[in-house]
Amino acid sequence: MRRRHFLTVSAATLGGLLVYSLDGKVFRISTEDKPVRIPLRFFDEEEARIVAAATERIFPSDETGPGAKEAGVVIFIDRQLAGPYGIDRYRYTQGPFETGSADLGYQGKESPSEVYREGLKNLKGFDRLEPAEQDEKLKQIESTHFFELLRRHTIEGMFCDPMHGGNIDMVGWQMVGFPGPQMSYRDAVGKHFGEAYRPKPASLLQVTGIKVRPSEDEK
Amino acid sequence: MKTLPAVDVLIVGGGWTGLLMAKELGSRTPLSVLVLERGPVHSPDEYVKEMDELDGAIRKRSNVKVQDCSKETATLRRSESERALPLRELGLLIPGTGIGGAGEHWGATAYRIMPDCFQLLSKTIEKYGAKRLPEDHSIQDWGLTYDEMEPYYTRAENLIGASGKAGNIQGKLIEGGNIFEGWRSGEYPTPPTTTPYFSSLFRDAVKSVGYHPYPAPTATLSEAHTNPDGISRPGCTFCGYCNMFGCMIGAKAQPTNVLLPVIKRHNNVSIRTGAWVRRILREDSPSKGRVRGVTYVDASGEEFFQPAELVVLATWTLNNTRLLLLSGIGEPYNPATGKGNVGRNLTADLKFAAARVLMEKPLNRFMGSAPTGIYIGDLEGGVLDNTNLPFLRGGLLRALNTGFQPIASFGAILPRSAKGRWGAEWKKAAVYWYDRMHDIRWDGEVFAYKGNYMDLDPTYKDVHGDPLIRMTMDWRDNERRMAEFGTAKGVEVARLMGAKEIIPFGGLGHFDANPYVVTQLRGGTVMGASPDNSVVNPFLQHHQALNLFVLGSSVIPQAPTARPTLSLIAMTIRVADAIVDKYLKKPGPLA
Repeated sequence: MRRRHFLTVSAATLGGLLVYSLDGKVFRISTEDKPVRIPLRFFDEEEARIVAAATERIFPSDETGPGAKEAGVVIFIDRQLAGPYGIDRYRYTQGPFETGSADLGYQGKESPSEVYREGLKNLKGFDRLEPAEQDEKLKQIESTHFFELLRRHTIEGMFCDPMHGGNIDMVGWQMVGFPGPQMSYRDAVGKHFGEAYRPKPASLLQVTGIKVRPSEDEK
Repeated sequence: MKTLPAVDVLIVGGGWTGLLMAKELGSRTPLSVLVLERGPVHSPDEYVKEMDELDGAIRKRSNVKVQDCSKETATLRRSESERALPLRELGLLIPGTGIGGAGEHWGATAYRIMPDCFQLLSKTIEKYGAKRLPEDHSIQDWGLTYDEMEPYYTRAENLIGASGKAGNIQGKLIEGGNIFEGWRSGEYPTPPTTTPYFSSLFRDAVKSVGYHPYPAPTATLSEAHTNPDGISRPGCTFCGYCNMFGCMIGAKAQPTNVLLPVIKRHNNVSIRTGAWVRRILREDSPSKGRVRGVTYVDASGEEFFQPAELVVLATWTLNNTRLLLLSGIGEPYNPATGKGNVGRNLTADLKFAAARVLMEKPLNRFMGSAPTGIYIGDLEGGVLDNTNLPFLRGGLLRALNTGFQPIASFGAILPRSAKGRWGAEWKKAAVYWYDRMHDIRWDGEVFAYKGNYMDLDPTYKDVHGDPLIRMTMDWRDNERRMAEFGTAKGVEVARLMGAKEIIPFGGLGHFDANPYVVTQLRGGTVMGASPDNSVVNPFLQHHQALNLFVLGSSVIPQAPTARPTLSLIAMTIRVADAIVDKYLKKPGPLA
């Protein structure tokens, strides 16, 4: 059993009003509240801070809209890496492991969680650097498999259903105008030609009223 | 190994073709029919709970509708000089598993194969002469004609309630439909689906330069429909959760909604899930012309022998071929000598975004359904005149409104001016263009070649220790030149549509495992009139083992433009007729 790790966040460090769904619990913090300790499933606290900082450079919060920190991307990634995806439960992992053309897909032996653990060793202290230094550091690792995963998972965490821990309050969906799993556009699909049609986003839970177990919670 | 009580008919695989054969034989004969399926039972009533892009389309873990490749995958190399490596993650192919198979998460395009594709070799020679054919081609006639298939296409369309607009009813051409299609005995069972915004721009643009646009034929219903079995389904709501998802309301035809309820009416059909078939057993000599059943491993790991009078193999392209190779049934194909047929003629679709476009106005891309859109048939093989072109055959130019989801499509198409793949500038561009990007697609016909084939991998094994199937597969110049042509046409149409920026397809290199190409690979157990160049006859009966039938894309000798599913449904009905009307009365070779 690993020692329990927490990521301590405050509304001040992450900005504004937040909703975190922690192990099934949903609550809000605002700037007046005390910092919140979020239990981590895979990362230790230092790793989580680095991933939070790195994903925030990949998908920054700025005048275009919310970024990785508002969406809770680090929490999303933490859960993914602790789940079946992170440990390669459904990837073909029989050897021999050979390096071939990139056209044949990822051939490495390391699971996503192993790739992170190794990759994060090279980013020690990353969260304490200035943004420009952080960007420089990320440029150095841009061509690695680790960075490829980090970038991919950042996008996933921005735009997944909130049940996975990312896209909190559907900030990602609101930013791009994706309404989520709606039941019908039958009356709208032949209309709104040339104009933005933006139904209010709703999560799977909100649309169906059903609590679905996400794949990362698979035992 | 425990021997189980014998059944009359044993069907291996519970997807479209396997369950359809079970429905036909179960409802039309008193025979005992058993379906063995290695995946689980699905719950279509709960598909609404799976409307989650991450688990459904990205991780592919919703309701376990796709093959678990930790247990079995395939290996790929592009030539014999390359080392074949396993497809370690699902990407190139998304094989289905469980009741309904890939038919639960399919894209539901219901397009008939063009008539001359059935006689591709003789028609091409007739039109252009044998010298125009690539030297290393291995295309052939199918031993079956479109005219023979037409009544079965009609029955298949009635079964699924296909939506579309006919362009040729008994020789009479109809504007608005596909005037280049093969003749049809009647109109589609249901009208075409609504044309969304982007597809409508495509339609208007191609029409303005004289092409003949028509609405895509779909197995997703435009309106409520009741089929001849009394199965009622509602019309599509354009929610956009089709590809990689089971339809939450059953508007999309799926084996679990059009076949399973009918099968359940018949007590002579049983379905056993969790049954992983490892071998088909032949009769010992002297009667080598028969199979006697299969061996399978159940979920607990126990192995059984299941005897049967008749065996139907319906486990999709790669697995059909693999099971015949593992079982030593028929001669494996040898590319050096050209001898043997099992594994021969592996083909895939040539499909790509000919022109990726950035439009000025928002497109509301989240609304749509996988097969919905507009096609033109003017550039199809057999329609296009190849006399002065550097390639043979052709393809379909089309715009689809599949219903786009954000993880897969965020930042997928950006203007050239947008620099980088992360950071503030990238994000700004990706957010701005998110709902203004789209593509015009080319789906081309692909020849079979002597060097594209399947055999058993010498290195990599499945969870039971059996060799994986190895694909040796690459594109040739005919496809590369066709891709250039399709790209130019896509760019031309994109200009007419007023695209602000157009990113043309970058050209076809080598066959690539990364992007999703098509699950419906063809070949491996191809059909034909002669045992010299085919594994099964035109009734999909094994040439040597006469009580073995093979259903699925593996029987298709080369890749026409049309996705195979509708044709496979039609062929399965035809085979069921032949079994009921001829074979059961007088077992022997069907002709």
